[in-house]
This record gives sequence, C-alpha cells and structure tokens, in this order.
Amino acid sequence: MSVPRYWREEKSRYRLMGEECIKCSAKYYPKTPVCDCGSTEFKPYKLAETGRVQSWTVIRNAPLGYERFTPYVVALIELDDGVHILSQVVDVEPEAVKTGIKVEYAFRKVTEDGQAGLLQYGYKFRPVVE
Amino acid sequence: MKTLIRVGIVSYGAYVPMYRLKAAEVNRMWNTSGEPVEEKAVVALDEDTITIAVECARQAVKRSGVNPAQIGAVYVGTESKPYAVKPSGTIVAEVIGATPSVSTADYEFACKAGTEAMQTCISLVGSGMQKYAMGIGADTAQGKPADALEYTAACGGAAFLIGPAEESIAELEASYSFVTDTPDFWRRPKEMYPRHGNRFTGEPAYFKHITGAGKALLAETGYKSTDFKWAVFHQPNAKFPINVAKMLGFSMDQINPGLISPVVGNTYAGSSPLGLAATLDVADPGDRIFMVSYGSGSGSDAFVWKVREPIKNRRGGPKVKSYVDRKRYVDYATYLRHRGQIIA
Amino acid sequence: MRKVAVAGIGFTKVGEPWERNIKELFAEAALGALKDAAHTEIDQLYVANMMGAHLQGQIGMGAMMAEAIGRPGLPAVRIEAGQASGGVAFNEGVKSVASGLSDWVLVGGVEKMSDLLPESVTTALVGVEDQEYTAYTGVTKTGLSAILHRLYSHEYGATPEEIGWFAARSHDNAVGVAHAQYAFKLSIERVMTSPMEADPIRMMECAAVADGAAAILLGPAEKETTGIEVAASTVATDHLSLASRKHPLILEAVKKAAAKAYEIAKVKPKDIDVLEVTDDTTIDGVLSLEDLGFAEKGRGAKMVAQGATARTGEIPTNNFGGLKARGNPIGATGLYQIAETVIQLRGKAGANQIPDAKIGLAQSMAGVGSTCSVSILRRV
Repeated sequence: MSVPRYWREEKSRYRLMGEECIKCSAKYYPKTPVCDCGSTEFKPYKLAETGRVQSWTVIRNAPLGYERFTPYVVALIELDDGVHILSQVVDVEPEAVKTGIKVEYAFRKVTEDGQAGLLQYGYKFRPVVE
Repeated sequence: MKTLIRVGIVSYGAYVPMYRLKAAEVNRMWNTSGEPVEEKAVVALDEDTITIAVECARQAVKRSGVNPAQIGAVYVGTESKPYAVKPSGTIVAEVIGATPSVSTADYEFACKAGTEAMQTCISLVGSGMQKYAMGIGADTAQGKPADALEYTAACGGAAFLIGPAEESIAELEASYSFVTDTPDFWRRPKEMYPRHGNRFTGEPAYFKHITGAGKALLAETGYKSTDFKWAVFHQPNAKFPINVAKMLGFSMDQINPGLISPVVGNTYAGSSPLGLAATLDVADPGDRIFMVSYGSGSGSDAFVWKVREPIKNRRGGPKVKSYVDRKRYVDYATYLRHRGQIIA
Repeated sequence: MRKVAVAGIGFTKVGEPWERNIKELFAEAALGALKDAAHTEIDQLYVANMMGAHLQGQIGMGAMMAEAIGRPGLPAVRIEAGQASGGVAFNEGVKSVASGLSDWVLVGGVEKMSDLLPESVTTALVGVEDQEYTAYTGVTKTGLSAILHRLYSHEYGATPEEIGWFAARSHDNAVGVAHAQYAFKLSIERVMTSPMEADPIRMMECAAVADGAAAILLGPAEKETTGIEVAASTVATDHLSLASRKHPLILEAVKKAAAKAYEIAKVKPKDIDVLEVTDDTTIDGVLSLEDLGFAEKGRGAKMVAQGATARTGEIPTNNFGGLKARGNPIGATGLYQIAETVIQLRGKAGANQIPDAKIGLAQSMAGVGSTCSVSILRRV
C-alpha cells in the first residue's frame, strides 16, 4: 500500500477531475502526459457526475484487497458529457443492474490496508437517488 | 449566546444509507421483544462516517451555489471516526474543494458532536473570521450485540454550511450550550462498544440537559413553545423526543417532520442534525425552529432558527425522505457483515 | 532484411508440475528446441514471462535462464508485454535474426502460476491494466472480458451459449494431445451450467491457472533448411482502458497487427490454413477471430457455434486445444501457439493434422487487447 500513490490521485478520484487537450479538445480521465494529437497542453476538466451503464460484470473472485466486498458490480459507464469511465456500481443488487440505468457519483471506501493501514477512498457510482 | 455578525444556515445536506435492520429481526436473533424503534439504518460494506460526511457536505455545497474555495472551515462531529488519529475533516475538505485555505478538526461529544461542530462554525462566521464554515454531524454508531442499544445504534448524518444571515435559508437568532460532567455513556479507547448507565441515561442525563438548555434558551430569547412552528430534539429512540417535547411544551405536530428515529434509528452525532434537515425540507419562510441536541457525557446545544425566503430555491436534489424511503432490509447475519462484526 | 526460419521447437506438458521450478521448466523447453533443431549454437536469448516478479519474486530472468541452460554470458533479456509476452518475445527474436545482428536466437517463455493462491494470481493478471484507475475498481481480467461479453450480446444478439461454444470447440481439439492440460472434450452443456466466474462469463469459459514453458529456435532462412519461414511478425498496442476506446468491441491492436502482418506476408485471411487465437476467455477468442479478419464483426460467435473453426470447418482454429484446453501458462502461451503452428506446417500433427497446412497464423494478446502480436508462418 503506497501512501504517495494514493495521495497523488486524490484530487482526480475525489473530484472526478480529468483534463482537456487545449489543441484538440479531447477529454482524458485520468490525465495523460501527451494527447493522442501530440499536444502536451491541457486544462483541468471536471467530468459529469451522472451517466448511464453501458455494460457491466459481477466480480465474484476478487483481487487482493477487494475480497470483503464480493459480489460487486463493475461497469463501463457513459457519462452525460460523453466521457466513459470504468467504475463499481453500488447500492444495487447485481441482478437488478440493467443496460442503460442512470447512475451518479458516490464517494465510497475502495479498500483498506488491513486493521492498521491506510483507508483508500474514491469514486464509485450508484443508481440516481431522486 | 448571540454572534457579533448575524449568521445563518446557507445550505444543508443530509444522508442516510440504504440498508435497514428491523427491531423484529433483532428480536428473532436474541429471542427478545423490544421495539424502541421499528428499524434502523445500516451502512453498505463500503461506507463509513467519512463517506457519509462527504455525501452530506457535497449536497450542501451543491445547493449553496458557493465557490467551495471560500469555505474556510470543515468540522466533523462523530463518535465513530474511521481513524482514531487523522481528521475526517481533511478528506471532506479535499473532496469538496475547500482545501488548502481551510481549518478542520474532528469533534467528539457523543451524540452532540455534530451540533458542537455547528457551534464552532457559528462562532467562526459570527466573529468575522470566516465567511463560510461547514459543520457536520455523522456516525456509524457501534451497537453491542444483545445490548439494548443494538436496536437503535444507526448510521447517517447531516451537514450545515454556516454563512452570512443575509444569504441564509435559516438565520440563527440565538444558541445556548448546557454541559455538566454526567457519565451516562462512554467508550474506553480499546473497547469496541460503549457502555451506558441504562435508566441513568434518562432523567439525570437526556432529560436534564435538554430541558436545561431548552429552558435557558427560551428564557434568554423570551420565546414560548408556541412561538415556534417546528421543534427538533435529539432522538435516541422513538419515545424520548416525544416525552421531552411535552416537558418543554411542544406538540406532536411541531416535532413530526423532524422525528425520523422510528424508521432510521439513532444516528448519534447525526441525530438532531438529520432531524433539523428533515424539518427544513418542509419548512416555509418565516417559520421558527427550536432545536436541542443531546450528547452523553453530558450536554445539550440549543438553537433558535428563523427560516427565510431563500429556502425555496435551495432544497434541490434528494430530501431526507428520499433517503429514508430508499431501503433494503438485511437479516442479522448480513447486518453483522456490514458492520464488520464478523471475525474473518 | 533477411528471411527468418524456425529451426526448432520445444515445450513442456502444461499442468501443475509442483516439484519443478521455473529454471527446470525453461531448460526442458529450451533443450527440447535445440534437440529438435539438431543445433547447439545460440547468439541471443529472449525469455518471455509476465508475472515472475509477482509469482516467484523473480526478476532478471534473462541472465537467470542463460545460466539455467548452461550458457552464462549469453546476451539475454526478459521480454514482458503482459499476456502477449510470448508473441512479442518472438517478434524480438525475429527482428534480431532479420537484422543480421544475430544468427541463432532462442526465444523461450515460461510461467509458473501454481506457486500462488488464486487471488494473488488474479491480482497479478490485472497488472497489465492501469493500476490507479482500472485495477483500482476491483475489476479482474475476466471481469473486463465479461463487460465485453455482455456488450457483444447486447449489440449483436449473440447468445451466451453461442459465445460459450468457443470453449467447447477448443476442447474438441485437445483430445489425444500429449502436452495439453485438459485433453478431453467439454460439452456445451457443461460450459453453460458451470458457475459464474465474472457474470456473464462462466468458469468453464476461462482458461485455468497453468505452468509451462515453450521455446523456439530461430535462424537465418539461408542457413536453415527445415523449410518453415516466418512470413511476418508484427506487434501493435491500443489504449489500455475500455473507457478510452472509441468502439470497445473492436480490438484495434489486433486489427493493426493483423493488417500489417497480412501486408508483409502478402496473404489474406482466406489464405490461412491453421489459426491459433487467444481464448483465455471465449469472448476474447470470438473478438480476436473477428478482428483478425476471419469473421464479420458480430458474426464470430455464431460462426464458431456453427462449426466454422472446427477441424472440418473453413478456418481450423486452436488445433491442439487453444488457451482453454491445451492451457495458458501466460508468458509461454504465445510460443506454444507458434510451436503448434510449426507442427501443423511440418505435417507432424497426427490425429490433429489439418490436411496440407501451408500457412499458419498465431495471435497473442495482452489484457483486453492493449498489446497484440501476430505471427504468420509459411512452409516453403
């Protein structure tokens, strides 16, 4: 569990902050050093916080650190601004997830480093609460 | 107490997690027959006090229209801190974008830690030190298996962005804090669950301090119970807030919108804050709200809020009722799993 | 650039050889290739391996395996390109010989997955994805394929059973294969009633944990008379994340590597006689089939279900069981594919022989297509 690695991504994960290429307007999440168009000039870009599920899976055999949460849903989501994101979808039974359901950003615990280590927080998505 | 600069609640946010444990399910497990509440709110596997505080804070920021960089303080009151040492407030402040020009700390005063946080924010804004300051009460209270408090120890919270009265949806007219050393409920550091004095938590603790703070504030302001449209009291169960309301001369109609403990349980530092949020969800400009919290140890914070016109446009998004109505029941074993009480 | 030929092949039986370590497995394959080539000279060694750092805590496998095969001092390096390590190492070997900088190049791959518990292997496998934003979600390699599996069904109407046929077909070809991990048939019923692994992908649609090693000796065609030439060897990459791809169901790295390979070898898909594709899951096999040009996008699953890739079909595929049945010892897999292609082109496949196999294509792929290598071999 790397403290610097977690800390480095905080603003990006906490606030869904990506970036936009100044030259060609391509949007990136997460940020990248060089745009596909070759430019290295970017400005901060805040992703839309709502979108729809495009496809998903249910993880039943988790990687290390995520075992406590199975079964959980990981989805490919199309946000309302056209950007796509991979994220867990929570607060819903796996069987109830359908293509196209509306989801919104939720701040959740992602993993924890045992009883004594760092707690990792970040973005997940959940069905929109009206 | 009155501030030098007039202050109020600019916006608020609230959150209740979606899982519920029925009192009937607790009874099934232990072969008992209590029902201090019908059911209580339980966190998801990936929720804790920090995630709840963040949800509340984000909603408050969104509703306020305020640039979060202008929020000068984030105080979180809770007795279920995910870290014993490391403030929950820094994470909340980072998520909402209040960093780095911000002051933050976590408060503990059992169930009144949230209103303590609010008192501090009131003083920061009221003294002119900060323009906006956010006070949050949130908890994922630990319920000891087979203990009387297992029925009610619940999860939830609310956040209040305090700012200039002229920008507020509810102005603070006055507040009062009434505190004595009364050890009705406590938890030592290495213990998982608190201990409580059972019947001692009633008259010498809850009732004495709420009526103490309540009567003092009424005297200071010259108000009678009938001068208020609404009243919110700390809600450890369904009965106590109804009884203390009666003792202070408030009616069921006045406390009803804010009385959510029967279906949510006792959200500890989130309790009266959530009650206030639920009341603000239905209040009209001109309504006066009487609010008294209670925290074991013991003490009460009392407030008089006067609702203002801007409230009509600052209640967007889910109300407390939306979160209360969003629910899925869990059985006792699943409840234990969610609360991290299974040794694995 | 001079022509490159395959001089020799060697490999171990895929399985769980508990008593043997990675050096022993690698040496068996390497010595097998040298023996098969009746040759002893080596100028350069490439070692294909994906997860040695996780599984055995072992890095620096280039020098380690040079020593393991009795050649300390030999120029050697480990090549890692995720699950495409084998195919990409082969590409490095081909470039080495084609350029004239080396004559005899041994490309060997090894992976020993049984050394760790499944959850650790699962974690290592997703190592090829962005750790901070993909692995961070708790998704697994199979989970990513499952997202594509569901999207494919949704988009093209293919049923999960049609996609599931890929596993049954691969197993058909493993019967009687001495080096296969699971040398038995697997009925479509068994595939479709197996428990969910990562919905909607079922356990029997996925290759299992496996240990193995495979090696290829390459040499200049002008000096090598076995008559198996490398007609093309290409590599391409793509955005790592499905979220960064314009059309997630199109594996651009596969398309790019294939297009370039067909151009260099001057062949088209219809000229390919034997095919080895990446079926670590059924949907990976289906999408690979399509993006290599053997099926229209969206029609691959139906084609496989209807028998197009069977021994008697239009494009015999995974002729010794593929990743699913012959097995998938990750870093070595790409080299097993090439070795098996060579066996077919030599006419030495016995009961598995595709008649008159002259041109073969092997496709090795990392993650959900972030790296792909395509190798086309030709009998001359």
